[in-house]
Amino acid sequence: MKLKSRIYNGTLYVLLCGELDEHSASYVREEMDKAFGSGIFKQIIIDLSELEFMDSTGIGVLIGRYKKMKDRSIPIYICNPSSHAEKIFKMTGLYELMPKIV
Amino acid sequence: MKTNNFMEVKFKAESVNESFARICVASFCLPLNPTLDEINDIKTAVSEAVTNCVVHAYPKGEGDVVVRVELDANEVVISVSDKGIGIKDFKKAREPFYTTKADEERSGMGFAVMESFMDKVELQKNGDKGLVVVLRKRLKRSALTKQSC
Repeated sequence: MKLKSRIYNGTLYVLLCGELDEHSASYVREEMDKAFGSGIFKQIIIDLSELEFMDSTGIGVLIGRYKKMKDRSIPIYICNPSSHAEKIFKMTGLYELMPKIV
Repeated sequence: MKTNNFMEVKFKAESVNESFARICVASFCLPLNPTLDEINDIKTAVSEAVTNCVVHAYPKGEGDVVVRVELDANEVVISVSDKGIGIKDFKKAREPFYTTKADEERSGMGFAVMESFMDKVELQKNGDKGLVVVLRKRLKRSALTKQSC
């Protein structure tokens, strides 16, 4: 699992690469919090185009990040989910918290 | 039920083995000619069941997980077993968003995901100790392939 991030035009872009499960969750949590805690940005876009697998542990990680950013009034958006990730997001209601953008 | 084929693997209840469990089960199901969606559903359900063993079954030490897969004509039956502390209230455990570890950012959606992605999910006591999660899924293309032959 790898995570890449960059800030461009007031947006923090986070790219998740690999498999997000119980084994990688703590790494993703730490790296996301590092990225979320550095620089100035008004919104966050999480790019899932290179995410190969995710289960409900990933949902827990994302909801945890949402709660932290909600306190700072910074919205988080999801882009490029696989059809599989989309299925999990729809059934768990994650898009209610982190809308999908094209 | 007549079983055409089966396999069983046993491994330590460690998160590093989750990926192995997913790939192992998915590979074994390939002769049934599943679609990519079906394989992803199975991998996710297995991951949820194994995660439960890793996170909840053995709070005071180490333990094992046994994954058994049975293939019938067009049905996959997966049993994920542990010899851990078990679950006292099956009904409560299956409720969406229910988690005993809310402070660890758990979604509490594990069983809900299993139920959504598989046809049937059963929880059973594993003898005098532990839990067995039985996941069943009937594969659509496999049935069509069989009929057309």
